Amino acid sequence: MGPLIGEGSIPRFPRGARLQHNAQRGQWIVQAPERVFIPDEIALAVLQRVDGATSIAAIVDALARDYSAPREVIRDDVLELLRDLVGKGVIAV
Amino acid sequence: MSLMPPPLAILAELTHRCPLRCPYCSNPVALARSGDELDTQEWVDLLRQAAAVGVLQVHLSGGEPTARKDLEAIVAAARELGIYANLITSAVLLDQARVEALAAAGLDHVQISFQDSEEHSADRIGGYAGGHEKKRAVAAFVRGAGLPLTVNLVVHRQNLDRLPSMIEMAVALDARRIEVAHVQYYGWGLANRAALVPTRAQVAAADAVVAEARARLEGRIVIDYVVPDYYARRPKPCMGGWARQFLTVTPSGKVLPCHAADSIAGLVFESIRERPLAEIWESSEAFRRFRGTDWMPEPCRSCDRREIDWGGCRCQAFALLGDAAATDPACGLSPHHEAVAALAAAESEAGADAFVYRSFANIVEAAGRAVRPGLAPRGAAARPGPG
Repeated sequence: MGPLIGEGSIPRFPRGARLQHNAQRGQWIVQAPERVFIPDEIALAVLQRVDGATSIAAIVDALARDYSAPREVIRDDVLELLRDLVGKGVIAV
Repeated sequence: MSLMPPPLAILAELTHRCPLRCPYCSNPVALARSGDELDTQEWVDLLRQAAAVGVLQVHLSGGEPTARKDLEAIVAAARELGIYANLITSAVLLDQARVEALAAAGLDHVQISFQDSEEHSADRIGGYAGGHEKKRAVAAFVRGAGLPLTVNLVVHRQNLDRLPSMIEMAVALDARRIEVAHVQYYGWGLANRAALVPTRAQVAAADAVVAEARARLEGRIVIDYVVPDYYARRPKPCMGGWARQFLTVTPSGKVLPCHAADSIAGLVFESIRERPLAEIWESSEAFRRFRGTDWMPEPCRSCDRREIDWGGCRCQAFALLGDAAATDPACGLSPHHEAVAALAAAESEAGADAFVYRSFANIVEAAGRAVRPGLAPRGAAARPGPG
């Protein structure tokens, strides 16, 4: 049973999860309960737009513009990523 | 510049003091006295050094970390340094005001241990009357303060049959994460192995319970499962490999590759009172001793899982064979595996249920048992029941 999220959902980092830059490692990391995730370039581009106010639709629009990529492809990737992270408790909607 | 990647996380054992007396406590059998504990400034300085080398998370543990009055200050320092602050607690010393104060200090996450789902059994195992109800109340305060909660379930022969109800309890407590951890047999756990080791049938049933719960709760609750490796075919990749990702700092400042490493005779561990953390991590002899794969004997050395299992657990090899450089006997490829598994299975069927409770007082008896784990269980030295 996957979490129900769609383009209208507004993702945010719940308490206990956050995106931060680690200067010593020269790396962006997602901190979560007894877990650390290292986002790749695309995941990072998505997560940097997660602010608790911007909808998934708006995030997809911005990425489609910045990366000059077809919107449907971006949308599917973003939804898949965020559904996975909701399942891991790293993102809430 | 660093030769070694920095550790991901530090287990900070703020104190060995604890009101509970769990017979599988991961603290060493020789407990540190409170007079030797690092003070607030020493812990804050350690965190500063940790942040400077790139440590990402600190697990504030013990003993019972909330026995320290300065926990809020330590949490605040970690957060200020960008280190994720995780509290690992028995919860029995907490009240709502303290939970809120810790949340305000920037605490990121709380893990509360439960000994059982059934109150009488839980209080007997923890050796602390009234503990179970207290934990349930504090779990609600944690969620009320908006903090994510992990329910930690340490399982063994005497509670495993209730694993389904323990998981339901964690769901009802609104846990985001559940950790089902079979007892690991070092220190106190080894001294109590005859009373704790599960039967093979129990382990198989538990595996199925966890698999079912994971499928049912997917997307809502993460379940981590720490297996009991006596009955396994391959050993656990203990700590992700010796001195590769984690380190432990004891209450008095000793730096270890894992919390049980001090049980290995012949290794000398250095203190942050004497040497900077980065130097200990990179070049201390004890850290280098089993790092990587060069130390490995056969069959580990040529095994295609050598960088998956990392040779299993050094402490277990020492505890069971007296040789920390041996292949972990939990591995089916160890010549000692069958004997170890058979001994555990025999103990699990014998049904000697009395505990040697963790305490400062019966150190000698417990340690005496711990260094001779191969012997058949002797008459239990336990004080019966909690109290």
